[in-house]
Amino acid sequence: MATLTIRDALNQALREELIRDENVFIMGEEVAEYDGAYKVTRGLWKEFGDKRVVDAPITELGFAGLGVGAAMAGLRPVIEFMTWNFSILAADQIINHAAKMLYMSGGEFNIPIVFRGPNGSAFQVSSQHSQALEALYANFPGLKVVMPSNAADAKGLLKSAIRDDNPVIFMEQERMYGMKGEVPEDDDFTIPLGVADVKREGTDCTIVARSMTVPMALDAAEKIREQFDVSVEVVDPRTIKPLDIDTIANSVRKTNRLVIVEESHAFASVGAEISHQIMETAFDHLDAPVKRISTAETPMPYAKNLEAAALPSVDKIIAAVKEVCYL
Amino acid sequence: MAEKFLMPKLSPTMEEGQISRWVKNEGDAFEANETLAEVDTDKATMEMTALSGGTLLKILKGAGDTAALGEAIAIIGQKGEDISALLAEASPAAPAAKKAEEAPAPKAAVQAPVAAVAPTAPPAVSAPTNGRLLVSPIAARMAAENGLDLKSVAGSGPNGRIIKRDIETALAGASPSARTATPAFTPSTVVGASAYREEPTSQMRRVIASRLAESIGPVPTFYLTREVEMDNVLSLRKAINASQPESEKVSVNDIIVKAVAMALRKHPFVNASYQDRTIRFYEQADIGVAVAIDEGLITPVVRGADLKGFVEIGAEIRSLAARARDKKLQPEEYTGATFSISNLGMFGIKEFTAIINPPEAGIIAVGAATPTPVVRDGQIVIRSIMNITMSCDHRVIDGATGAKFLDTLARMLEQPALMFA
Repeated sequence: MATLTIRDALNQALREELIRDENVFIMGEEVAEYDGAYKVTRGLWKEFGDKRVVDAPITELGFAGLGVGAAMAGLRPVIEFMTWNFSILAADQIINHAAKMLYMSGGEFNIPIVFRGPNGSAFQVSSQHSQALEALYANFPGLKVVMPSNAADAKGLLKSAIRDDNPVIFMEQERMYGMKGEVPEDDDFTIPLGVADVKREGTDCTIVARSMTVPMALDAAEKIREQFDVSVEVVDPRTIKPLDIDTIANSVRKTNRLVIVEESHAFASVGAEISHQIMETAFDHLDAPVKRISTAETPMPYAKNLEAAALPSVDKIIAAVKEVCYL
Repeated sequence: MAEKFLMPKLSPTMEEGQISRWVKNEGDAFEANETLAEVDTDKATMEMTALSGGTLLKILKGAGDTAALGEAIAIIGQKGEDISALLAEASPAAPAAKKAEEAPAPKAAVQAPVAAVAPTAPPAVSAPTNGRLLVSPIAARMAAENGLDLKSVAGSGPNGRIIKRDIETALAGASPSARTATPAFTPSTVVGASAYREEPTSQMRRVIASRLAESIGPVPTFYLTREVEMDNVLSLRKAINASQPESEKVSVNDIIVKAVAMALRKHPFVNASYQDRTIRFYEQADIGVAVAIDEGLITPVVRGADLKGFVEIGAEIRSLAARARDKKLQPEEYTGATFSISNLGMFGIKEFTAIINPPEAGIIAVGAATPTPVVRDGQIVIRSIMNITMSCDHRVIDGATGAKFLDTLARMLEQPALMFA
C-alpha cells in the first residue's frame, strides 16, 4: 500500500491505463503542457507525448464530439472537463450521442469513453461553478455515473471506467483532490463499477453518502457514537448508476433508519431515487421516514458563510440522524 | 384552500371553550404561532394560536360564544377564497364537530395535541391523525410477528407514532421475567411530566377491572385508613425551620408530600395508572396537591417530588398555590400528576376519604395531627396522632398492595430517616 492523494491516485490510474492500452488517450483543456488545471494529468504529456495527451481549445462541445467520434473509430478517449459545470456546453454530445450510439446504431458502435473532472462545490466559486450534476446524467439510459470518495476508490474505479466499453461519467471533487489515503500498488488493481462499499459498520442508522459527503458522514458517525452512543453505518454507493441498491437495502434492513447526504440539490436528486428504491425494497424495515440532506434550493452563494450554510455539514448530518433515531 | 377552524383542546379536561375575545379580525392575515383568539376553558384563559399562516376569513363564534371541542369557530384560508360551501356546512348543527368528538382518541395519541391548534408555546406541530394509529413499518411488522395488539402500545414518536423501540419495550414488558426484574424505577432529573413505561394488562387484571367497575362505577375505589404517629415529623420540621427564614418555612404537608413520593418509589403499582389495555408505570413521583380556591378546587403538581428536598417542595407548593388562587396556572402545572394528596387537617378534620383524580391510581386524605393518649411499652403517653386514608383504584391496586404502601408511608413519617434509606 502507498499513501497517495486522490489527485495522484487518479494520475496513477491514467498513467497505468495509458501504458496498458495504446488506444487510451486523454484530451481536454490544459491537460497536456500545463499538466491539467488541477494537476491530475501531471507528467503524462511529457511521458506519452502529443498523440496520447492532447490539449483542446476551449470548445467543450467540440472536443467531447471529437472524443465520441474517436471512440466510434476504436479508441478509448478520456475526456477531461475542467469542471463538470462546463460539461453543460457538451451535453448534446454526452446525452444525445455518447449515451445513445450503441442503441441507435443497432449495436454497431459502442462508445468506450470516459468523461471526467471535478463536480460539485469548490472554495467560493459561486453559482455557475459549484453545481453537482450527477442526477442530470444519471437520468439518461446509456450512461454510467461514478463518484469516488477516497484515493483507492478513485484509482480502482477510474481504471475500471477506462476499461469499460460504455460511456462513463466520472465525477471527482475539487475539495478532495488533496485528501490522502492508502492505495494498493498493484498495476492491475481495479474496483468493479456498480458495487457499493460499507465505509463504516453500524447497527442503528444508515447514512448513504457519496463523494465529498462520505468523509463528512464518517466524521458525523464518530461524533454521534461519542455523544449519543448510537451506531451509524456509512454506505458509499461509489457508482451512482448502475446503483447497488442491494447493499443499501441490506444496511437499512439492519438499522431500520436511513439518512441520505448529497451535495446536489434535493429535487429529483439521486437521494430522491435511493429513497424511492428503499421504499420499494425495504418498506417493512423502516422505523422512520427517510431523511435527506441536500444543498439548499438556491444558486450557490459566493459569500463564504452562505456557501457553508447552503452545503451539507457534519452538524446537519448529526441532526438528521437524531431525528430518524427519535433522539 | 379555505378550511374550518375548530375549537381546539386547550386543556386536558376541556370539553368546550368560550371565546373571550378575538385578537385577529376578519380579513386579518396571521403567521404560524400567532394568537388568533383568547379562549376561556374550564381552568384558565388560554391563547389559541395558529399552527400555520393564513387569513381569518370568517368568524363563526364571536366573543362570548361557547363552542364544543371540534366545533367550527372560524374559517381560515387565503384572501379572496370562496367560502360559501364551508359557510353552508358550518351553519347547521355542526355535524363535523360531532364527528370529531365521536372519533375515539387512539391510545397512542394520548400525549399528542388533539386539534389543529396548539396552546401557547406549542410542542412540535402535530398533524391530525383522524383517529388512525400511526405506526412505523418495522413496528407494524414486529407487532404482527409477535402477535402484539398495537392498540395496547403507547407510541413515543412524533404524533404518537408507534416506533420500533415502543414494540421492543412492549415485548420486553410482556415477558414475565422482564416484569419481575423491574419492580422499582430509576430516579431521574426532573424535567416536565413523569416518563413512564406501559405493560400490557394481564387477563386477570382485566377481569378484576371490569367486574369491580360494573359493581361500583368506572373507578372502583376502596379505602384504607391508618394511624400515624407524627411526633418525629413535627420535631424534624422544627429542626429544619430553625434555620429557615420566615417566608421559607417547611410545613408538615411538605414533609408528607416528600414521604408519599419516596414511598411511591418503593411501590410502583401505586405510582401507576390503569389504561384499559395496559398499565402505565410512572418513573417519577409527580404529586398533585389539592388547593382550595374561591371557585372550587385545583390540584397543582409537584413534579419529581421524590427527587426534591423539603424546602424545595415547600417553595414550589407555595408558588403553585398562590398562582392557582390567581388563576394563573398553566395546564401542565395542574394536570398529569401520578398520585395526589388532599389535606384537610388545617380545618380540624380528623379523618375523611378523598376522591381519586383519574387516571391516577390513588389519593391520600390527610387529617389533623392531634395529641392523643396512646399506650407505648405498657405506659399511657401523649403522641401526635394523624389519620391518613388512602383511596385506591382497585383496577391497579389490590388491598394488600395498598396496605403495604401505606405501611411504608407510615413508617417513613414515624421515622423520617427511612425516606432516605
